[in-house]
Amino acid sequence: MSIWEYANPVKFMKTSGRVLPWVVGGAALFTVTGLIWGFLTPPDYRQGASVKIMFLHVPAAMMAINIWLMMLVASLIWIIRRHHVSALAAKAAAPIGAVMTVIALVTGAAWGQPTWGTWWEWDPRLTSFLVLFLFYVGYIALWEAVENPDSAADLTGVLCLVGSVFALLSRYAAMFWNQGLHQGASLSVAPGERMSEIYRYPLYLCMIGFFLLFLALLLIRTRTEIRIRRTAALQARETRL
Amino acid sequence: MIALLMRDLTLATRAGGGFGLGLGFFLILCTLVPFGVGPEGETLSRIAPGILWVGALLACLLSLDRIFALDYEDGSLDLLATAPIPLEGAVLAKAAAHWITSALPLVVAAPLFGLLLQLPRQAVIPLLLSLLIGTPALSMLGAFGAALTVGLRRGGLLLSLLVLPLYVPTLIFGAEATRRGASGMEFTTPLIFLAAITLLTLALIPFAAAAALRINLR
Repeated sequence: MSIWEYANPVKFMKTSGRVLPWVVGGAALFTVTGLIWGFLTPPDYRQGASVKIMFLHVPAAMMAINIWLMMLVASLIWIIRRHHVSALAAKAAAPIGAVMTVIALVTGAAWGQPTWGTWWEWDPRLTSFLVLFLFYVGYIALWEAVENPDSAADLTGVLCLVGSVFALLSRYAAMFWNQGLHQGASLSVAPGERMSEIYRYPLYLCMIGFFLLFLALLLIRTRTEIRIRRTAALQARETRL
Repeated sequence: MIALLMRDLTLATRAGGGFGLGLGFFLILCTLVPFGVGPEGETLSRIAPGILWVGALLACLLSLDRIFALDYEDGSLDLLATAPIPLEGAVLAKAAAHWITSALPLVVAAPLFGLLLQLPRQAVIPLLLSLLIGTPALSMLGAFGAALTVGLRRGGLLLSLLVLPLYVPTLIFGAEATRRGASGMEFTTPLIFLAAITLLTLALIPFAAAAALRINLR
């Protein structure tokens, strides 16, 4: 009994099929509760009602980075141990990550307009998210461009490794390049920088909700990828007969 | 490796187009910018460092798909893969050939183009230094992108999509060094960062690019 058991597509399909309804239910429960609770919070004394964008913006931004990390781990597993499910999971995660990045960028723009008076500012955080989005687009494009699925998995895996190093570099280079307008971390542990509790708890709910949402989408998409792979294999066998 | 380097250099000079193309592109870019932003000297000299660096980047990009594509088509890449030198060494030699043929002319000609864009005189030295230190990283990253897309039919467009995000840190530090030089500030810090990026790519990219090539040749 080890975790590598789930690298077997059959085992993965069976387990994920059983877990999926719970994950979907949990995602819906946490996201909806968190967002409604967040919407009902009182307006902030400095930012007014626009602070409520946070409940969409912060979890999306958090997931956008973490999904790339998950793709990095999945790519490493594929490159080292050659488990197909891992490569397919990385492939399935990329569009979700790209959408999360877009959500973070768009809600950030909508939030920046009333609070900073500008839709877009060439600030390190904003810029590194734009670069992250470009990395996602390049990664997805490479998956689409290579025909042989195993080569595609290998090439995108290598790209993910190199891209991770350079995404990190861009982040710190951008901080060197321009001092930002963006506020610090939303969930700082330093006393005095902490958010009020009325905002913190719904934000936690939204974060859990977004994580579950990602997990649900990831499972659904990975299962679809496995089914597509199976169909292709069956068709190949048909034509050979 | 030396032989491979010499062979690539000879090919680039004899096949035509390889050497002058990047330079011509750079010249056209520097001609177009004043048309786009207006000919006021003050504006031009303020944006010149950035324009020159972006121009160098794009000119480099132009010749990237030649690094491996021709050898892939006529099969000599397969021979290189089975040659006694490791594929990592071949990648290094080919990236070096790309740097000598397309980036080095840009470095040499950059002060001249700086003249066209009213680059302040004190920025010439930082521009030269930053290009000299930074462009090897561009060639290395480009070789990686070229290795990823070598087997693809319409790889060129994809190549730019993959490579340009990787160029971001190099561009930031290179343009920053030039900009600091232009305003008379001290510019060694961004140059050191630039050197660090170049050394990082020299140390890591050959392995990544060789891995990508092996996958594509499989």
